[in-house]
Amino acid sequence: MKTQNQKAWFFVLPVLLLVAFNALIPMMTVVNYSVQETFGNNLFFWQGLDWFENILRSERFHAALGRQFLFTGLILIIEVPLGIAIALSMPRKGIWVSVCLVTMALPMLIPWNVVGAMWNIFTLPEIGLVGYLMNDVLGINYNMTQDPLAAWITIIVMDAWHWTSLVVLLAYAGLVSIPEAYYQAAKIDGASNWAIFRFIQLPKMKTVLTIAILLRFMDSFNIYTEPFVLTGGGPGNSTTLLSIDLVKIALGQFDLGPAAAMSLIYFAITLLVSWLFYTLMTKDNPN
Amino acid sequence: MQKRHIVPLLYILFLMLPIYWLVAMSFKTTGEILSGFSLFPQTWTLDNYRVIFTDPTWYWGYINSITYVSINTVISVIVALPAAYAFSRFSFLGDKHLFFWLLTNRMAPAAVFALPFFQLYSAVGLFDTHLAVALAHCLFNIPLAVWILEGFMQSIPKELDETAYVDGYSFPRFFVTVFIPTIKAGVGVAAFFCFMFSWVELLLAKTLTAVAAKPIAATMTKTASSAGYELGLLAAAGTLTIIPGAIVIYFVRNYIAKGFAMGRV
Repeated sequence: MKTQNQKAWFFVLPVLLLVAFNALIPMMTVVNYSVQETFGNNLFFWQGLDWFENILRSERFHAALGRQFLFTGLILIIEVPLGIAIALSMPRKGIWVSVCLVTMALPMLIPWNVVGAMWNIFTLPEIGLVGYLMNDVLGINYNMTQDPLAAWITIIVMDAWHWTSLVVLLAYAGLVSIPEAYYQAAKIDGASNWAIFRFIQLPKMKTVLTIAILLRFMDSFNIYTEPFVLTGGGPGNSTTLLSIDLVKIALGQFDLGPAAAMSLIYFAITLLVSWLFYTLMTKDNPN
Repeated sequence: MQKRHIVPLLYILFLMLPIYWLVAMSFKTTGEILSGFSLFPQTWTLDNYRVIFTDPTWYWGYINSITYVSINTVISVIVALPAAYAFSRFSFLGDKHLFFWLLTNRMAPAAVFALPFFQLYSAVGLFDTHLAVALAHCLFNIPLAVWILEGFMQSIPKELDETAYVDGYSFPRFFVTVFIPTIKAGVGVAAFFCFMFSWVELLLAKTLTAVAAKPIAATMTKTASSAGYELGLLAAAGTLTIIPGAIVIYFVRNYIAKGFAMGRV
């Protein structure tokens, strides 16, 4: 049982001040922009909720949001089962554990623009390994700067390359925390591999998998740098995800009002979906 | 070596291929890159690396990045330690709401904050300093550090605190000399994640800097667009950005799996 102690606020104060400085002031700026129109020179006019209405009705926003959900959905469907499968087949002890962990974590520590640039170099036709194999060896016409399907496959594979390891590490941590006795009991009962997975391993991985899915959802929903460097949102608008579109409006066209309104709607959607995920996944958990 | 180990092996192979390609490219001459496909560099060259280590705009990029990442990691962990202790040991007014609010900041898209951050840090006179980037990255690193450390502290029994008080320790002395050493694995994991997310972030780091504190990632994007297509140079710069991460991960390799399992993460 935790002690009731209001003085604990003093311990939290530095965190509160630093995060509030970074979160509240910029958020208020965004709210401020979202209800005003500007023609530059620091002249602002009250606009009410018009920007929100415009954004919510704009086909461009619907299209970007649709692409964003498609992207996030696809990477979750690929990365979560793949990550679990890899974690299940990893060695549990010995030198290879370290080797696996270090090499698998490596992609996550590469700056995001380098990830984009690396995959660009990797997939260039003529010069890149994938581009060369596809076009010149296998004879498949592959060019992600012209073909939307190829661009999509490339950003999905890139994201799986970049982040599947996060699911692996979390699932693996859940697995190693299972006591050996559980497996021995299962063996005595003659449980199949599937039964062991379904009734021992999966329940034990539930907490860490909730975290993995939440983190992957939030981060992939906010993804900007990697697809921007790799495809620039093209060909056409085919890989223009929400953040890319937002930056185009805010910094490219300098439409501050609509960009701010879009930011708030975007943030609200992220919060809402994260909350839904969280509630659904912890529903039958007493804690 | 069992049959099932083929899965992680293939996965690691898949992970290493693009990295190999980047490293191989960095040792090729521009002429060789543009002349077509070659699996290994035909004529090895260190020219690309020579450019980076002799041109201040390049090597200062690395120094700047490492500087603000280090400042951020130190700030995040130091302020997160007492906060995580409070969350794990005491209940106070609004504690759950505060904890959840902290976590929501990890959900905010960086793109949303780019412009307001620029205005805010210009207004307080910190634009183009290492401190600006370090403070801005606190937005998503402090909540993460609090989250991880709180999980670790939960697993330490309260009897430890009580015994220390009975032994006559003051709170600060107990916290620094007894409690922190007990959860040093957690501190390591938290520091690792702060380092990681600050090191890989580009959008805010680029927005908040111009010349004096420009991160290496921004130097790279500029080269990619302005100097035509210097792929070899870009590959060499990219290869060098992998090294700090690789070093850090080597040091914390034993803590990562354990850390995830122990902490609430």
